[in-house]
Amino acid sequence: MPENKVIDARNTFCPGPLMELITYMKQASVGDTLELLSTDQGSVADVPEWINKVGHEMIGSEKVGEVWHIKVRKTK
Amino acid sequence: MRILVVGGGTGGTILANNLARRLDSEIRSGNIRLTMLSASDRHMYQPGLLYVAFGQMMPDQLYRDQASLLEPCIDFHVDPVEQFQLDQNRVRTKSGKIHEYDVLVIATGSRIVPEQVPGLTEGAETFYTEESAVKMFKSLREFQGGKVGVVVGVPHKCPIAPIEVVFSLHDYFKARGIRDKVKLKYHYPIGRIHTIEQVAKWAKPEFDRLGVEYETLFNVKEVDAKNRIVKSEEGTEYAYDLLIAIPPHRGMEVIEKDELGQGGWIPTDRYKLTMNGRDNVYVLGDTTNLPVSKTGSAAHFQAEAIAENIASIVKIGAPVRDYDGKVYCFIEAGHDRATYAMFNYLNPPDLKPPNKSMHWFKMAYNQMYWTSVRGLL
Repeated sequence: MPENKVIDARNTFCPGPLMELITYMKQASVGDTLELLSTDQGSVADVPEWINKVGHEMIGSEKVGEVWHIKVRKTK
Repeated sequence: MRILVVGGGTGGTILANNLARRLDSEIRSGNIRLTMLSASDRHMYQPGLLYVAFGQMMPDQLYRDQASLLEPCIDFHVDPVEQFQLDQNRVRTKSGKIHEYDVLVIATGSRIVPEQVPGLTEGAETFYTEESAVKMFKSLREFQGGKVGVVVGVPHKCPIAPIEVVFSLHDYFKARGIRDKVKLKYHYPIGRIHTIEQVAKWAKPEFDRLGVEYETLFNVKEVDAKNRIVKSEEGTEYAYDLLIAIPPHRGMEVIEKDELGQGGWIPTDRYKLTMNGRDNVYVLGDTTNLPVSKTGSAAHFQAEAIAENIASIVKIGAPVRDYDGKVYCFIEAGHDRATYAMFNYLNPPDLKPPNKSMHWFKMAYNQMYWTSVRGLL
């Protein structure tokens, strides 16, 4: 069964939200959904850029309060 | 009260020494027993490996006897934990002994897993162990020119290392008079050349000035060691003559085996540094799953916070402070200049231009570490 994993990368400068997402993506199984929590405005652009280049699926992003919730799915 | 520290690296050692001093009278009176279990009787200064890889330090300069670094009142055993039995508040060690505790600190650290990238072990040089750092130096010494690639696994310990090794490579080849025969290309997993935006903004023009090429969004997928080609998850590749890799890391096997945390990283409260769901279990350093740099510096500041809190719980029944995410990293910008990055959860680093004074401060710190790890600095 695919899992849904929440990655709390709020208020981090190093390793940073995208690096955290890459870490958890390596641990995930194909079909799993990862929800990245980020307070870095840059994540809204750099996460889709990487997801599109590497070939996973971008589900969507939403800002709740000061936190971006960026959902992706591992496809390979 | 029985306090058990598992792991004798930077974090565990600073914590145990700090705690031993804070609880000196309680330990002397027999009300507190402070025990450390470690996998090794030696303590390595891991940042020194970068210098070994460039022939600037000898491996034996990186070690001290672990027992010599510890306060005498710490009950120290070289006997690594093989099973955590958290529901019973005890651990079982390699020798078969059972150690019960009231408070547990897990500081087991991380390990390199180059085998997770096919071909990386055979095709790349690295410097995250003594043996590999010496081997890298010998390869560099024999290198007469060609294409040098730097690639970075995720996650990795010491996030500044990828940048530092590039500057060191530049200076090393320049000193040997062959920099003009070397094409140096750096590859990084995310969309800029370092995860800390301020470091990326500083390093990019430095790379341009030094003639270092770079490719971002490059996550190492495999290395074709025979044909000397490194390939990325993103579909690109680089043909090299010499490949330098920052290997990917995982937490220790016992953490994964006992299902304390995926990837060997234990889910940890970012302020209290307690294991999620276990108020009497603290986690520090590389072992946590926190979005904090896996560095000795982070382990150092976390150890101080935990020691202060355990001591205050003993003395007044309550913790007194939170860990604020503090990290301080030296950044070697070559063989004669350095800067630093200091930040916490809320405040980004304010990077200063590299200078010689900071480099010599780092050189001094390489010796001062032994004072620091004793909990004196």
